[in-house]
Amino acid sequence: MSSLLELRGLTKLFGDYPAVKDLDLTINKGEFFCLLGPSGCGKTTTLRMIAGFDNPDFGQIILNGSDLVSVPAHKRNINTVFQSYALFPHLNIFDNIAFGLRMHGKPEDEISDRVHAMLKTVALEGFENRFPGRLSGGQQQRVTLARALVNKPEILLLDEPLAALDEKLRLQMQVELANLQREIGITFIFITHNQEEALTMADRIAVMEAGQIEQIGIPDDIYLRPTNRFVANFIGQMNFIDLDRIEETSEGLLLHSLKDLSFLTALAQPDEAVEDLVFGIRPEQVKLSREAPTAEEIGFKAVISNEVYYGDSSIFVVHLEQGQVLSIMHQNYLPTGINKDSYQEGEQVYVCWNKGAGSLLPK
Amino acid sequence: MTRFRFRLRESTALILPPYFFLAIFFILPVLIILVLSFSHNRDWSQGVTLKNYLLIFDPLYLKVLWRSVVFAVIATLGSLLIGLPMAYYISFSDPKRKVLLTLLVLVPFWTNFLVRIFAWFTILGRQGLINSGLLWLGVIQEPLHLLHSSGAVVLGLIYGELPFMILPIIAAMDRMDVSLLEAATNLGASRFKVFQKIVLPLASPGIIAGAIFVFIPALGSFVVPDILGGSDSFMIGNTIKNQFMTVRDWSFGSSLSVVLMIMVLLGVSAYLRQGKDQALTFGDYL
Repeated sequence: MSSLLELRGLTKLFGDYPAVKDLDLTINKGEFFCLLGPSGCGKTTTLRMIAGFDNPDFGQIILNGSDLVSVPAHKRNINTVFQSYALFPHLNIFDNIAFGLRMHGKPEDEISDRVHAMLKTVALEGFENRFPGRLSGGQQQRVTLARALVNKPEILLLDEPLAALDEKLRLQMQVELANLQREIGITFIFITHNQEEALTMADRIAVMEAGQIEQIGIPDDIYLRPTNRFVANFIGQMNFIDLDRIEETSEGLLLHSLKDLSFLTALAQPDEAVEDLVFGIRPEQVKLSREAPTAEEIGFKAVISNEVYYGDSSIFVVHLEQGQVLSIMHQNYLPTGINKDSYQEGEQVYVCWNKGAGSLLPK
Repeated sequence: MTRFRFRLRESTALILPPYFFLAIFFILPVLIILVLSFSHNRDWSQGVTLKNYLLIFDPLYLKVLWRSVVFAVIATLGSLLIGLPMAYYISFSDPKRKVLLTLLVLVPFWTNFLVRIFAWFTILGRQGLINSGLLWLGVIQEPLHLLHSSGAVVLGLIYGELPFMILPIIAAMDRMDVSLLEAATNLGASRFKVFQKIVLPLASPGIIAGAIFVFIPALGSFVVPDILGGSDSFMIGNTIKNQFMTVRDWSFGSSLSVVLMIMVLLGVSAYLRQGKDQALTFGDYL
């Protein structure tokens, strides 16, 4: 894949506070790229700089080999889907979608063809003469998308476009968006704070925090192989066990926790000698059991203190004898029927995980 | 379209005081003027007459009426021309500056209107700012005749009514979602195109309101032409004032007032009807 957009040392200051700090990022042609992070992490500022609404204080935005920073926003071949939709209330759907083409002086018959083709793509044929205020949230969403895509931009920026939709519609739009992007092949840069959206749609994800990128990778990497505690905690849930020291033994690494928990792991020692390491393990990697752990497993005695019921599954909060608290996911339903292994609050159990599970992360 | 419907009993009680106020201070005076306009200068023993209305068709008065309409229209267009960019600038300034600028628009109201109009003497007079400046620069040899002219009256009207144009346009622009402007820019619109295609149409309810607020008082104005005008720039307001205060023909003054009111009503309703499509668009779709 060839690189399309490159951010080099991009920095944006709000007063003394850096909203985006020395950001380097390369986005490939035709990619569905996701910028993921909590609110205030700088992802929207990054997007606004790419669109040209904000100017960076330092750094370059390179599109197809030339720097965009000095190009005014209306001359960039980049379109945006706004979180608030930002449809023009005084124009009907046709004129809304035609706006960009008209600004570029396209002939009216070409405009008409392209707008109608676009309306077909987003399944809104027959809506030409309606006004935005008369459409549902999902329909407005699709008009915004059509209004941007009809210009065939080199990059489409999407600023939390699904945040205002209800859960069902959002899931549906996630699938539609991903399919649409694969179909038309335009590079998407999608901004979200919703990890699930990022994982379901993106080819690659950059996790941002405090104006910097914490990790870039394919969804699998981000979820299964987080490189630090922030990413591990932001994507999905994770239990953390703070470590005191690590001992190398013939059977593998022996981890000693701050709470006097000692256990073996098959994980490799991290390359760099990182001072403060933490052991992380996801709730679905730990199981509850009434039987003692096997040889391949690590197990501790624990007491169930809470069950949080989600329907298909429950999260059990358990207290280990040593004081460590863990969250454990338990499937209530299996393909074979109701899971007969059920547990009660207050019960004495074992919590077990495979020696190879979990990850060693820098703090 | 759904509208709030108050329950009758509760709403009647709430609405009574303002109705009462309107009846005494608005409807009653209008009715008195209407009745007076059909009398022989308040002498009811001579019965009713239409002569006060026929008198208006005297070319002398028609000319004054026509002049008033022309002045009011020019004043409205002038304040729109000045007020629109000012409102645009103020509305899109950062919050701190916006408060300050809005305050500055209102500052003239702290001084009496009469005093502010007299202040124009120091600018337009024979030894005023403009004349002495131009003389000093050598552009002119003799002071220009600026005061007591039609130009001075229109200038005074624009000056006096400008805030009433600016404020409703600011209000309309403030309701605008900034992301609409960003969206238009993003789709390739230059600053001018954004203004023309997005800002202007969305600000039009404010422009319509501002135009009405300026046109009505300008049409009936008498202080400005009285002070800044000359014998050839009298407006209908001056004639009405003269009929009541100097000539003491209250009936003719009344008929002129009635005609002025009808002109305003016709003008404003025609204007509103013309802008109705837009007004509906915003009411319904925003």
